[in-house]
Amino acid sequence: MRRSMLFMPGNNAGMLLNADALGADSIILDLEDAVSPEEKDSARILVRNALKYLNYNNCEVIIRINSIDTKYWKKDLDEIIPLKPNLIMPPKVSCAHDVQVIADYILSIENEHKIENETAIIPLIETSLGVENAFEIAKSNKRVKAIFLGGEDLTADLRCKRTKKGDEIMYSRGRMVIAARAANIDVYDTPFTDVEDEEGLKLDCEFAKGLGFTGKAVISPRHVMCVNEVFSPSKRDIEYAYEVMEIIKVAKEQGKGAISLHGKMIDAPIVERARQTIEMAEAMGGVI
Amino acid sequence: MKIKNIAVAGTLESNDIYVQVEPNENGINLELESIVYSQFGEEIERTVREVLHDFDVKNITIRLKDRGAVECAIRARVETALKRAKGVDE
Repeated sequence: MRRSMLFMPGNNAGMLLNADALGADSIILDLEDAVSPEEKDSARILVRNALKYLNYNNCEVIIRINSIDTKYWKKDLDEIIPLKPNLIMPPKVSCAHDVQVIADYILSIENEHKIENETAIIPLIETSLGVENAFEIAKSNKRVKAIFLGGEDLTADLRCKRTKKGDEIMYSRGRMVIAARAANIDVYDTPFTDVEDEEGLKLDCEFAKGLGFTGKAVISPRHVMCVNEVFSPSKRDIEYAYEVMEIIKVAKEQGKGAISLHGKMIDAPIVERARQTIEMAEAMGGVI
Repeated sequence: MKIKNIAVAGTLESNDIYVQVEPNENGINLELESIVYSQFGEEIERTVREVLHDFDVKNITIRLKDRGAVECAIRARVETALKRAKGVDE
């Protein structure tokens, strides 16, 4: 289960120390934008040592590497892949070929180190070309488990202003969700960048969830709880899901083709949503 | 590994360690300041010497200002300083 993904700067020893204790389902140890060019070497050595010596038992670990148009990305993977992180997040992925280049290089390192574990990939799509190619990217390689929309770089590429309301990325959000769902993978929304605006964060999360996003990235530990809450099924959702599954069981036993619950017909999409809700509730350990 | 240049790594922020290395022809000269020296001074020094051994460094002056770094940060910052002192560019 991955609802929240918390960015942590890769060269900050103190923040890496407690990264898995902040409640996020995943932490993104960042070697890209959070690290100055002069400290790239230092950050990747620190992240490699953090992966080796800190267990990070409480959450999934994602490493954001530098983009493939830089001289850093291969060095990032050389250092990190032998430590078997859960996922690699390459930024500025614009086409399926970008993913293939990265996946091939990851495989070569895994083979060199005789690693059977397959590190997955979550491409960060943050260019207009990337959004146009979102489905191809989502389907490009079996390592791709999710795609993630980066709104800040995208709006720079679109030559428009990034606003709190987000009208400028509305099309891109919809396109990302369609692409990911068509490829049967997860999809993550861009962070809400105003750390102080908790009401704005909640509205942004609810909007993203309403569009079909699986979860959302956050840039502050203060945003983790809100994202987790919004992207979790409510107690009422879970109770209803169990009711749906029970009534479907009864319908089958009675040989009925159609059945209603609380006056509403229960059809296949409702059953599928109920199944997804129960699956998520079970992943949460029944905690609501 | 031969230390060719003066190099630094790390920061003086909490939970980090600042490392400065420079050439020295007379063995290992290690100077450590730490906010937790009385509790962990020996452990920090042992970790630093392990990293020097791993990189086959026999002659060096290494000065460390520790702000409560854990082992992985100490290892990382010493390794970074050594690689920078070796003169390998990014």
